[in-house]
Amino acid sequence: MAPHELRRTFKRTAISDQQRRRDLALLRQNQQRSDSQNRARRLASSVLALPDPSSPAEALVDLPDVVDVHPDLYLDPSSEPEAASPAGRHLDVVEASNLKGRTARHWFSRQLMLMEWMIDVPPSLDRDWYSPSRSDQSALENQLSKKVSGREEGAPRSKSGSPTEQPSPLPWQHATQDVEEHPGQKYVFARPSGKRCFVVSSNGTTVSRLRNGSVLHRFPSSLPNGARTKEISAASHVFCILDCIFHEPDQTYYVIDLICWRGYSLYDCSAEFRFFWLNSKLLETGACDLPSVYHRYRFSVVPVYECNQIGLQKAYTCGVTFAKDGLLFYNRHANYQAGNTPLALVWKDEFCSKYVLDTDGEGQVPIQQQVVLELQGTGKLTTHDDPPIVFGYLEREFFQKTGLQVGNLLRFSIMDESVRTVDGKLELGEIKFLGKANRFRAFADSYSKVFFQHTARHSPLQFMDLMASVDPSLHYENTEDSEMIG
Amino acid sequence: MSGVQESSKIRLAAVKSLYNALDFAQTNFDNEMERNYIMKVVCETAVSKEPEIRQAAFECLVSIASMYYEILGPYMEVLFDLTSNAVKGDEESVALQAVEFWSSICDMEIQIQDEFEGADDRSSEGHHQFIKRALPILVPMLLETLLKQEEDQDQDDSIWNLSMAGGTCLGLVAKTVGDEILPLVIPFVQGNIMKPDWRSREAATFAFGSILEGPSIEKLLPMVHSGLDFLLNAMKDPVSQVKDTTAWTLGRIFEILHSSNSEYQVVTPGNLQRIISVLLEGIREAPNVSEKICGAIYFLAQGYEDTESNSSVLTPYLGEIISALLLTTDRTDVSNSKLRSSAYETLNEIVRCSQIPETANMIAQLLGEIMTRLNKNVELQTSSSDEKEKQSDLQALLCGVLQVIIQKLCGSDNTKLIFLQAADQMMTLFLRVFACHSSTVHEEAMLAIGSFAYGTGHEFAKYMPEFYNYLNMGLQNFEEYQVCSISVGVVGDICRAMDDKVLPYCDGIVSNLLKNLSNSMLHRSVKAPIFSCFGDIALAIGEQFEKYIPYVMPMLQGASEICANLDNSDEDMLEYGNQLRRGIFEAYSGILQGFKTSKAELMMPFASHLLQFTEAVFRDTSRDDTVTKAAVAVIGDLADALGPSVKLLLKNTSFHVHFLGECFNSEDDQLKETALWTQGMIGRVLAS
Repeated sequence: MAPHELRRTFKRTAISDQQRRRDLALLRQNQQRSDSQNRARRLASSVLALPDPSSPAEALVDLPDVVDVHPDLYLDPSSEPEAASPAGRHLDVVEASNLKGRTARHWFSRQLMLMEWMIDVPPSLDRDWYSPSRSDQSALENQLSKKVSGREEGAPRSKSGSPTEQPSPLPWQHATQDVEEHPGQKYVFARPSGKRCFVVSSNGTTVSRLRNGSVLHRFPSSLPNGARTKEISAASHVFCILDCIFHEPDQTYYVIDLICWRGYSLYDCSAEFRFFWLNSKLLETGACDLPSVYHRYRFSVVPVYECNQIGLQKAYTCGVTFAKDGLLFYNRHANYQAGNTPLALVWKDEFCSKYVLDTDGEGQVPIQQQVVLELQGTGKLTTHDDPPIVFGYLEREFFQKTGLQVGNLLRFSIMDESVRTVDGKLELGEIKFLGKANRFRAFADSYSKVFFQHTARHSPLQFMDLMASVDPSLHYENTEDSEMIG
Repeated sequence: MSGVQESSKIRLAAVKSLYNALDFAQTNFDNEMERNYIMKVVCETAVSKEPEIRQAAFECLVSIASMYYEILGPYMEVLFDLTSNAVKGDEESVALQAVEFWSSICDMEIQIQDEFEGADDRSSEGHHQFIKRALPILVPMLLETLLKQEEDQDQDDSIWNLSMAGGTCLGLVAKTVGDEILPLVIPFVQGNIMKPDWRSREAATFAFGSILEGPSIEKLLPMVHSGLDFLLNAMKDPVSQVKDTTAWTLGRIFEILHSSNSEYQVVTPGNLQRIISVLLEGIREAPNVSEKICGAIYFLAQGYEDTESNSSVLTPYLGEIISALLLTTDRTDVSNSKLRSSAYETLNEIVRCSQIPETANMIAQLLGEIMTRLNKNVELQTSSSDEKEKQSDLQALLCGVLQVIIQKLCGSDNTKLIFLQAADQMMTLFLRVFACHSSTVHEEAMLAIGSFAYGTGHEFAKYMPEFYNYLNMGLQNFEEYQVCSISVGVVGDICRAMDDKVLPYCDGIVSNLLKNLSNSMLHRSVKAPIFSCFGDIALAIGEQFEKYIPYVMPMLQGASEICANLDNSDEDMLEYGNQLRRGIFEAYSGILQGFKTSKAELMMPFASHLLQFTEAVFRDTSRDDTVTKAAVAVIGDLADALGPSVKLLLKNTSFHVHFLGECFNSEDDQLKETALWTQGMIGRVLAS
């Protein structure tokens, strides 16, 4: 036996940096190896998104080519966002719940489904214009619709050729039982006014994060694994993710969508299933009970209606426990999709919202419409869309002189007289630089929001227009069309 | 050993042989009578007249403390008396062993606490809490030793005395018992830190610095808050030894308690400026103090590594800090290279923790300065081997900084440009560093090349003709396996950077890799990465890998047989086996994906073997998570590349179903995702 080493490290200073460099290099190499192998796997299989295990992978073959045939002017290859698979996104959520600081904010700011603003009434609001009859095609359509979002808002949406399904009435909502005679493909509900947030319950605690990813509340709740009590805490793979709006006046989280429940992912489930699951599961937990020590905030569901005349009328006029901020339209077959999606739409007018027109920093509605755009490396000013829409340019000299940097969110005001609509597309013409946007902003405005704000100031889309679009007597042509193709 | 009449020489030899036999005395210690006898004799010997014999007896006790901790209970009272008498009154060589006895007990209890962290009390039955029970007497005893410093002990690395051992033990006690140590130590600190006698002030500071790790941050924070200002002032103490310990304590505070993300802030906007100015003054003190200050700056910067905003409060001071560190590396009043490397290492941490882009200009400037220094270094004509060694040491430090800078600049598209603008010049310097050494390549320069290739991407092709020779030299350097290992890693980086442009160099690279695999002199830790490297090459050059198949495949198959026959009871071999398995799977994955579009059928003859190997790995319970991940992925790759051709093979075996099932139950999301992909690939084949 070797003699015992008596000397111990004494007043040790910095660790050996060389070993650290070796270890970091090894870590980087392993990461890059696994990245490039995964990339090979994805590309080779033409799988952009991990398919549902039950559906054959061929359904997604050659997606990139399909996308390429759209002759679009606005594609900016330099700012092409990474195509993360939806599965990868939600599978990381347990790890993500342990993230801290900037990384966490960055991750969570990209998880919410962002509704588009309704600029024009879709030809049949009560029909499901994107939902094809074959299920294997719906994934393809989803991918496609993601790619083209932000381009075709102005034009009427194309219909896919599918016979109208006869869906069964919603099993959980009494409110809808009297509207069975005209079932639709869309849901409508009043949007509670408040802070949109992402609520994650895991490891015995519940955390809500705002759209920009920053934490709103960290609290105990009766959601599964949402508090450290004997009844509620659970293994680490048990977690829930809810899409909520926090309504200040009654301190309640109104749940508008359910993304994961007890570790079971609902990303790839239809809105129909997600709402069903939400309504049946949330009540079981006691999350809707009044607040208590281990349940600091109450959760509540929002009444959801089928989007026909009766449903639309109810969503618009019926009294609810919260202040309304517009109406939300959900496509029944749409999966939950992080980022912008045209499969969920928001619309508002003065009757159902206090906030139809955007306000400036002081809470005043400015005389000229203002927009927030992102500065790109080339000086382009773009919206938050995929791909981004270019609304103007800044001279390089100008932004270098003012110390602006690529990625900055900048506020501009619009010269109303220079705004034009060309082929259904909005062009802003001259815009005036006002300054940097509020630092809490995570994203620029989306194209559809700018468009909606513009029309709201000039020729707003009226509730009557919506009602007209769901009038059964006006639908004959569309239905026939579908049937012919189907 | 116990005999009175034997000569002391014989008794010393007897104690030493007992010491050597302790390793094999498990059965004797299991038996109470034998155990009692051994302990009685050792304790008696520990009070022999001859100090050498007492020292040897205490050495035995130190060993017994760590080997037979669980049976010590009944003897602790006696042992406590023996050790405290030795610490208080015996010769230093004996006293040091007595302190070491308690340090070993701390080691054991910390280890037990780590193992049972979070478990309820029943599972920590083996924990006797000796330290906790001895605390009221143990701590004062240790504090007393702190006052027995030697003059200038900080300037000589070979010194190890009672005050150093006592302070170190005090730190371990704090780690063992946490908060409970504070009321026993804080009065000592307060009572001594203002005394006119420097020994008292130094001992007080050292005591404070020693107990920072262990107690809760809530308890420590108020003390650190009130003490920090005092410590900052103490950097002006007239006695160098006090300054040394003060600087070390500041470093400990930043290392243990400072993090910009923590809800408890030690460094605040209010005191940061003063901290920096004290540190920048202190760095000019004697080399031993300066080195501790470097450590303090290192940890101060590290605390801002995970800063939440993209702006760091440290940024306004970075310019000054960097110049001070660079000046420190140039100091001529040093007797060894420790200060210089501490200063460069601190510089590395400063770069790592800086926020891009706000520090981009500063880092660009630093890059220029480091390149100038490296240029000066390679121009130097050296003749003696001593000078050559010094030159090479400095190259290592400078290449290290360059590597960290490259990595930082390439982390963001905006700053990558700064790197690309300097790339040509940098590569010239690296090549000159390589050229300085006739027999081997420089390890740090090679490490930097990996990051460099990642940064340049395809452009690396233009450097490859000149670099290629050095790469081969690195691959051939099996005696210095670290160099070889880093070179293998760099091959992977180059493949990913150059893609198929690496093809013209592959013959040489692959033949060197194959030679290494067959070389029994090469450290085995390099072998597994070589397999992964084959995967990297195949992925880069695709179907062109065909010509290597006749050589590489037998190696893969041979290695999988080795895996099956490894001794799983040996922890090192277990680890090696896992590395080897992962390497084999990564090789298969790369080759399968590389061949997928045109030459997949070439892998058909190996499909059955691969499945059998994967099944064997699946059934082996010693596999670790990274192996599982690689194994699941390779099944997917097989199905993906070979498609319907492997339908029968997959149908005839069912282990993959169980394997996937196991993965779906895992809590590792990446693994689940990979398994999902593999399931999709298998499903596609089976449905075909």
